This record gives sequence, structure tokens and C-alpha cells, in this order.
Amino acid sequence: MLTILYDGIAYGMLLFVLACGLSVTLGLMNFINLAHGAFAMAGGYCTVFLVNRLGLPFALGLPIAFLVTALIGGLFERTLYVHVYARSHLDQVLFTIGLVFMSVAAVDYTMGSSQQFVQIPEALQGQFEVDGIGMGKYRLLIIVICGLLTVALQLILAKTRFGSRLRAAVDDQRVARGLGINVGAVFGITFAFGSGLAGLGGALGAEILGLDPTFPLKYMIYFLIVVTVGGTSSITGPFFASILLGIGDVAGKYYVPKLGAFVIYAIMIIVLIWRPQGLFARGAAR
Amino acid sequence: MTANADEVARYLKRRARWSPFEIAFWIFAFATIWLFPGKYLILKDTAILALFALSLDLILGYAGIISLGQAAFFGFAGYFAGLVAKYGIINEPVIALVCSGLIAAALGFVTSFLVLRGSDLTRLMVTLGVSLMLGELANRYSNITGGADGLQGVEIEPVLGRFRFDLFGHNGYVYCLIVLFICFVIARRIIYSPFGLSLRSIKGNTLRAAAIGVPVKWRLVAIYTVSAGLAGIAGALLTQTTAFCSLDVFSLERSADLLLVLIIGGTGYLYGGLIGAVIYKFLQDWLSNLTPQYWQFWIGLVLVVIVLIGRERMAGWVRIVRSLLVRLGTWLMPRLPALGGAAPDGR
Amino acid sequence: MSETMPKTTPILQTIGLEKRFGGILAAQNVNLAVEPGARHALIGPNGAGKTTVINLLTGVLRPTAGRIELEGRDITSLLPHQRVRLGIARTFQINQLFLDLTPLESIGLVVSERLGSGADWWRLVGTKSAVTDEIVEIVERFRLADVMHERTAILPYGKQRLLEIALAFACRPRVLLLDEPAAGVPEAERHELLATIEALPKDVTVLLIEHDMDLVFSFAERISVLVNGALFVDGAPDEVARDPRVKAVYLGEELSA
Ligand SMILES: Nc1ncnc2c1ncn2[C@@H]1O[C@H](COP(=O)(O)OP(=O)(O)O)[C@@H](O)[C@H]1O
Ligand SMILES: [Mg+2]
Repeated sequence: MLTILYDGIAYGMLLFVLACGLSVTLGLMNFINLAHGAFAMAGGYCTVFLVNRLGLPFALGLPIAFLVTALIGGLFERTLYVHVYARSHLDQVLFTIGLVFMSVAAVDYTMGSSQQFVQIPEALQGQFEVDGIGMGKYRLLIIVICGLLTVALQLILAKTRFGSRLRAAVDDQRVARGLGINVGAVFGITFAFGSGLAGLGGALGAEILGLDPTFPLKYMIYFLIVVTVGGTSSITGPFFASILLGIGDVAGKYYVPKLGAFVIYAIMIIVLIWRPQGLFARGAAR
Repeated sequence: MTANADEVARYLKRRARWSPFEIAFWIFAFATIWLFPGKYLILKDTAILALFALSLDLILGYAGIISLGQAAFFGFAGYFAGLVAKYGIINEPVIALVCSGLIAAALGFVTSFLVLRGSDLTRLMVTLGVSLMLGELANRYSNITGGADGLQGVEIEPVLGRFRFDLFGHNGYVYCLIVLFICFVIARRIIYSPFGLSLRSIKGNTLRAAAIGVPVKWRLVAIYTVSAGLAGIAGALLTQTTAFCSLDVFSLERSADLLLVLIIGGTGYLYGGLIGAVIYKFLQDWLSNLTPQYWQFWIGLVLVVIVLIGRERMAGWVRIVRSLLVRLGTWLMPRLPALGGAAPDGR
Repeated sequence: MSETMPKTTPILQTIGLEKRFGGILAAQNVNLAVEPGARHALIGPNGAGKTTVINLLTGVLRPTAGRIELEGRDITSLLPHQRVRLGIARTFQINQLFLDLTPLESIGLVVSERLGSGADWWRLVGTKSAVTDEIVEIVERFRLADVMHERTAILPYGKQRLLEIALAFACRPRVLLLDEPAAGVPEAERHELLATIEALPKDVTVLLIEHDMDLVFSFAERISVLVNGALFVDGAPDEVARDPRVKAVYLGEELSA
């Protein structure tokens, strides 16, 4: 029981790191990015390549995965995404689904369709026991890293100048422009950073989520659930949504193994109908 | 200039007349039965895809609802058609087809209330969620559906008790084509009716539509239901002509591909889904010969490029080609009384 | 010299109407009564809440407090299209037209809806003579015959403005709400527009929002002044014109503008 809670929290925190970039893109530019998972996948494969093929230590693989994906994200944002911001939601959906298809096929072509595993250090394998409850060491690492990241994110948003600009831009783009904030640049940086986080999440999560070319499709709905259920007005919303989703998914798969995902989708639909702005949105009552 | 009622009536009705282009299109479509005897399987798949895309066009092109969940109705009716045939509940395919369409429409009606709330993104999520849920259910009740192995042992009786689905797919294709045509005529009729006009008004300006007395919600519910029914008929056709149904009928890829099909052909003029299906199947055939297994990459690229170029601009070109064709058609019609092979240029 | 007030029941009436947008009170305690057949004007400086009142009357917005009655019947909770069926139609300050349809189709749509054939899905558009006859009448009344086959998007602004009113009129409302119908119409096309407004049938009650004081005073038999969301002055044109507070408000606006 507590193991499920533990695993669920680890899973949820992972989802949060994966999806929080998406939440900002959606909130800031009202942009539907279905290709977010592709960046996560890029991070995962990057780590596989660095650690398994080049023999780099795992601890080094993670930050590099972050940087590489952030770079890719930034590049895509500047060259491709900027053209699509002002388009209709349908165009955004088509565009990003196209990117997903391309990434899936490209990864399949270069890395093969089989599932990949990152070689994690001995020290992180296995379990330890607290009060007779088995807890995976690797999951503890995930909780620690993701927890730290969450705190850091919260601090960046709340305390730094960039954070306040970002919040201003999220609240009202026009006003932010009026205040002399370069919304385009803020968005570019945020997009790159969010992609980087997704990449880091993909690298960390390869072990738990499984890494194969269909990753962006498989987890697309999960990221979207985090964002829509959590709302886009803060990062605490997506955070709690992630944790709930993580615990719910792990518990669902444990207790009703054959209906696990069904429960998640059903809950998502109910929440979206009940509170279309998200469970944790401010003033969701309009 | 003054208006008079006869002229107004004539003008309003004129739009609904079958243009030479359309007539040529359908003549060609039926001519394929004799023109490409070795290609029945791909032709049949194209016809089913075309019907499926037509169903999406009704809600996307005419009511502006973005859906990633048309597969829900396709798959639901597909399994329904398979199950009623397998257990001998409804043996005659045409009756089973109609029932499949109705049951999909019923599902569409029920889920429409979930879908029609909220923003584009919520709609996207809810439509997708519904189809994924059905997929999970089909997986869960594998004792009925066959789970991951697919629904096996389906035996389809001859259509109308006479035409058995043969190995070459000839009867299957003719059956699908006729169903496609009938469904198309129904959809076309709906589009040119006052009901269809009110849908266009809702898509054009929802605020104003409500302000002139259009019950927006009910009209959307109605078209969503019809669209679900057509998608269901497409799904049932697939099951009947392959005597098989598997879990991938519910997949996200199916709905996403469908969007692509419709986008290639263009939305909001009914032929988009049909032309898109032809191009898509052609591309798929060609690309998967070129780079087997990775053709999805090119499909993705097509989507990205279409968006970057801009759909409006593409639609502009299509409109020019179309008006040229129509003019060509009107020029040809009186000259060629026995018009047989004026092929509409699919590309 | 002031007109004697008719003692009939108002056709449209609001009681304590209030609308709050977050911190702003866009309408507060509005008690507006429109008499049957009236030519009633609602004026006030920009941002006074006039459009908000129209939105409340037509159901685009839900009031945060108060009631709306049509001939004594509470319609506060009805949906926009239901109010249209009961006889309230409106135009929009900023054109809300069907840009891809022609005026003929747009008007045809409204007429079909009203005659109850809007949900017919098997009959083709234009096959019902009751509908086409009425389309012709409206097209003529609003001087749209020469552009009736054009796409709405490419019509001159003045014609679009006429169509804006035509669509509302085609609902055959008992109360017609016009939100700044002449706003932005160039001088050359203005005359045509004002003439059609003047020529609206007398049995249709009109509530007009307008900034053009010449139009207001030539048209209205009664004027209500809205300031900061509250009804400020309500009376016959000459009373309102003489009211020093109204002058102050308008003078103030001119100074700040
Ligand atoms: N949808 C809305 N959300 C928030 N504030 C609004 C909205 N509509 C109007 N307002 C505010 O209500 C006030 C009245 O606006 P409006 O009714 O448009 O004035 P008018 O039509 O008299 O110029 C304004 O301060 C405006 O900013
Ligand atoms: Mg206004």
C-alpha cells in the first residue's frame, strides 16, 4: 500500500518535470503542443547514447540530456514554432502531430524500434527498507531530483526578474508587451527550458516509463491530462495534478490491472466537464 | 436592381445542383470497378477511409469541432458489426451495417454532451479520452472482443443474401463504394439544407448564430450524432469486408491520420475527405514501397509543410484548379453526351 | 410641455439589474422600462455599460443580480436563442456577420429559423416559398438587393451595417435593440442607413444606443442616460437635453477625450 504511494509519487513527480514546460507553453501562448513528448524522447535517447554507447557516467548524462534537448527545443521554437503561434488551434494540432509522426519514424529509423534501457549505476539499483516497506533507490533519486527541480522552478518563478516577466506575460500578453517585456524572447527561453526539462524527465524516466519510438504518442495524453487538469495559471496546479495522476495510475494498475488506464481517462473527462479550466485553476467559475 | 422571389429561390437552390465536376467524379469513381480490377483491396480501403474522412468533415469542416476521437465511433461500430455477425444476431450485412451506424450515432449523441463544452483543447482531450477508454474496455473484455488478438471467427453472410464477399475483393469494393455514395448523398443533402446552413453560420460566428435564434447546442449535438453514425458505418464496413476487427481501430494514430486525410483534401466542401483519401492511400502505397515502415515520417512532413505553407493558401490553389475543372466540365458536357472517362484530377 | 407618460405595462423591463466583471461594476441597479412601440434611446459615455446592458437583455451575459422581464414574464435565465423566439433581437456594435455567406443566405437562414424550418435537414434551402418571399421583402427594405449575391466579407462597410440590422429585423422581433448602428459608417453611406432606421415599422419597439446626438434627438421619444453602469437620467428628449447633470457628463467626456 505505502509502496504504491511511494511509487506513485515518484511517477507523479516525473510526470510533472516532463509536463511543466507544456503547461507554460499552453498558458503563455495558448499554443497546443502535442509534440512535447518528442522532446522528452530526445532526452531519453540522448542519455542512452551517451551512457550506453560512449560510456559516460549517468550523472553526467542527465545534465547533458537537459542541455541538448533545451538546445533542440530552442532551435525548433525559433525556426518552426514561431510561425504557428498565431494560427488556429487546428493548425497547431496538425503541425505538432506532424512533428510527432516525424520524430517517431526518425527515431525508429536511427535507433530501431526496440525498447531501450539506460544503464543506471549499481548504487542506484535495488531497494532499501524503511519500516518493512520496500522502496526503490532509483525512485528515491527521482523524487529527490524532481523535488529539487520543483522547488527551484517555484523560486525562479516567484523570485527572479525573469520569473516575474514570465508571470506577467502569462497573465496578459498585451499588457506585458505594453510594459516593454519582450514576450517573444521570454517565450523562446521558456520553451527551450521546458523542452530541456522534458528531456531530463525523459532521461530519468526511461527506466520507469520505458523508452521506444512510440513514446511521444503513448504519453501525449498523460502530459495533456497534467496540463488541462492542473490548469495553466500556476505551477502548483500541474504539480498536484501530476502527483494525483501518478498515484492514481500506479494504484489503478495495481488494483484493477486491466482497467487501470480506463479509470484515468474517465476521471480526466469528469474533471474536464466539471471544471473546464482545470481542477486547481484560479476563479474557474468564470 | 430589385429582387424577386423566384430568382431568389433559383439562386439559393443553384448551389445545391450537382456540378459537372461532381458528376464526372462519381462516374470515374464507379468506373474504377472496371478500370483497376487488380486493385480492389486498396480501392476498398480508400472508399472506407473516404467515408470516415467525410464523417470528420461534417463536424470539422462544417461545425468547427476539432476531434481526435473519431476512431471511437469507427471502432465501436466495427466491433459491433463483428460481434453481431460472429454470434449470428444479425446475419444480413446491410441490416447489420445500418444497425452499426445507428449504434455509433447513439454513442455519438451521448458523448456529444461531453464534447460540446469547453475550449478546443478540452474537446481534443475529451474526444481522445473517449476513444482511448473504449480501447481499454475492448482490451479488458477480451473474452468478448478477443483482446489483443483481435476479433476472430467472424463470418459474413452474402450481402442481401446474394453477393458473397469474394477473395479478390470485387464484391467488397462495390459494396463499399455504393455505401459511400449513399452516405455522401445524405451528407450532401444535409449540407445544402437549412440545417446545413445553420451549421455554417455557427462555424462562421457562434455569437451571432445564437443571436438570430439558432439553438447552437442542439444543432451541434445533431451533426455530431450524424457524423458519429457515418464514422460507425465506415468502421462496420471495414469489419465486414475483412471479417476481422482489432484493437487498433481505437488508436490515436487512426484519428490523427484521419485529420491528415481531411486536411490534404481540404475541409468544408465534402469532397475533401474523398480526394484526401485517394491521395493519402496513393502516398502511403508509394512511400511505404520506397521506405517501408518509415512512411509515417513523410506523412508527418506533409502535415508540417501544409501548415507552414498555410492551409488557406493551399485552399486557394485548390479553388483555382477546381474552378478550371468546372469550367472545363461545362465546356465538355454538351460536346460529350456519352461522357465516360473525364477523370477528376485527384492530385 | 413634456409628453404625458403612457400608462401601459412596459414590454421590456429590468429590475435591479447588476453585472460585475471581477472588480468592475459594469451595470448596477439598472431599472429600465421600455414601453411597447417606443422609440427609446440609451446613451452615455464610452464604457458606461450600454453594451453590457444589451448583452444582459439578450442573454449573452448572465446578470450577477436582478431580473429581466418581457411583458411581465421573467426571462432572466433563458438562453439567447430562446429570447429571440420570444421576440428580442439585437444588432452588435462591432459587426457580427457570417462573412462566408451571402446576404441572401444569411437572411434566408434567419427566416428559416424563425419559420421553424431551421432544423429541416432533407429539404434544400430555397424550396419554401414563404421563406423566399420574406427574404425578398427584407432585402428590399434594407436596400441590399444589388449586393445580395456577394460574399458578406467583401461588402462595403455601410452595406455590412445594413445587413447587421437586416439580420436582427428578420427575426421579426417585437423589441429591436440597436447597438450604435451608425458607428463608423462613412458620411456617403450614412443617409441610406438612417433612412432605413427611420422606416422601421411602428409596431416594432426600438431601443437605440447611439453617440450621434442628432440621430438620437431626431429619433427618440424617450432617452435614458447611463453613467458608470447606473441609470442617471430617464425622460423625454427635451428634459434630458436641459438636464445640467447630463451636460456635465458629456462635457466631461469631451474634455477628457
Ligand atoms: N466581457 C467583459 N469582461 C470584462 N469587462 C468587461 C466586459 N465587457 C465589458 N466590460 C467592461 O464593462 C464596462 C462597460 O463596457 P460596455 O458595456 O462595453 O460600455 P459601452 O458599451 O457603454 O461603451 C467597461 O469598463 C468594460 O471594460
Ligand atoms: Mg458599447
